[in-house]
Amino acid sequence: MTDRDASALAAARSGRAMRRNDARARSHAAYWAFLTHRLSGIALALFLPVHFFVLAQALTHPTTLDAFLEWTRRPVVKLAETLLVLALAAHLGGGVRLLFVEFAGWRADWQKTAMALAAAAALAVALMFALAA
Amino acid sequence: MSDTGTWAADSAHRNRSRTARAAAWRFVLQRASAAVLALCVVVHLATMIYAVRHGLSSEAIVARMQAGAAWPTFYAVFAAAAAIHAPLGMRTVVDEWLGLRGSAVDAALGLFALLLLGGGLYAVHALAG
Amino acid sequence: MNERGDSTLPVRIWRGNANGRFERYDVPRHPSQTVLDVVSHVQQHVDPTLAYRFACRVGMCGSCAMTVNGKARWTCRTHVDTVATDAMLEVAPLNNLPIVRDLVVDMAPFFDKWAAAKGAFTPTATRHDDFAQVEPASPKRQAIDATIECIGCAVCYASCDVVGWKPAYLGPAALNRAWTLVNDVRDGAGAVRLRAVSDDAGCQACHTHQSCTERCPKHLSPTAAIAGLKRRVAAAAIKGQL
Repeated sequence: MTDRDASALAAARSGRAMRRNDARARSHAAYWAFLTHRLSGIALALFLPVHFFVLAQALTHPTTLDAFLEWTRRPVVKLAETLLVLALAAHLGGGVRLLFVEFAGWRADWQKTAMALAAAAALAVALMFALAA
Repeated sequence: MSDTGTWAADSAHRNRSRTARAAAWRFVLQRASAAVLALCVVVHLATMIYAVRHGLSSEAIVARMQAGAAWPTFYAVFAAAAAIHAPLGMRTVVDEWLGLRGSAVDAALGLFALLLLGGGLYAVHALAG
Repeated sequence: MNERGDSTLPVRIWRGNANGRFERYDVPRHPSQTVLDVVSHVQQHVDPTLAYRFACRVGMCGSCAMTVNGKARWTCRTHVDTVATDAMLEVAPLNNLPIVRDLVVDMAPFFDKWAAAKGAFTPTATRHDDFAQVEPASPKRQAIDATIECIGCAVCYASCDVVGWKPAYLGPAALNRAWTLVNDVRDGAGAVRLRAVSDDAGCQACHTHQSCTERCPKHLSPTAAIAGLKRRVAAAAIKGQL
């Protein structure tokens, strides 16, 4: 190794300077399954406190709850609710798949099928909700 | 080995054990609460689709919640499981995507857990009367 | 095409350290050409200062691992025809490891984590003991056999997003090796190894992206091995053995 390379090695080690993955390394199904799971989880975690607060209005302000429920009949709110249902169903589907992967043992040929089933179930549930609402 | 050497090794060993156990239990709690939530969410989604089909109203919600102990118990368990699961999930997100970790983060997430548990149980109490 | 009518291949190769840049070279295109052939041509005929690693050039050693068109691969086993689909080839050093120069990365962090995960065999027998009797069809030995062929090429480590987001994460290869030893009935490390892999930056940090399993040139599944470690660690914690 030359002196220049040795000092480059020392600099590299101390600076931890490295290149990172871009989108090309992530173009496979399991990555999208992960991203869906994470983004839906974040959305749900942020939504939950709001959800509990609104429901608790029933105790202190019953008429407010009814007015709020009236507001939820508006189409844009129905769309938001459908997206929430989609997020919940997607997070559930992905989560159940993960529980299988982690506890029911690995089956390589089953992976893509499991992801497809989880996605299909989530979309089906969201559609059922949207059509019922 | 000198006394300090043994103490350092013991201390490092205890720290590693503590860290390892904490990480393992976080995993166990996250997966166990996930399994509980899986059941609760299936019920909740089915209920929501049913409820929305028949028109959502505070009377319908309250009627369901005051008909007996079943629904309030169900939602109390649901809220408790969510109060465990969501903060543990956010802990990983905050670490990996915001680069924040440590006892301050854990304390904030503990508060978030209490907020979810308190808020959820209060909502159940509000609706069950 | 150049003046003589032979076809040429434009290739962008990373030069310098992490603050470097891609430089373009045009190399003669041949049938059955591998990316390693391309890199070797540049170093031998165009720019002798290009730094890169290879050894066996037949897909046995894993030394030639680089990032080709964004994905970590063994360049000796990557045909140009397969990857340069729109006639552009981009060769860069492996991701997630410090860059020494050009296409050479510092493998020390990769192997340091291997050691941190207790990826080394801890013997229990002596020369005076009889041979260990390990049934090849036993579940533990089959679990080992499914994933023992790792040669430490770091393609999985370079492909892992969690390694990118969490610098302390032990990574797929180190954890995969730990799994083979956890299942080895001759190994004596026991709970010490389970403690070594149980951490925010240990096996529980894997999110099953499966980039490692996608890219492993030996077709191993570190994801499966890490799932096994998660189960084993959880069971030990519940039984109070961690």
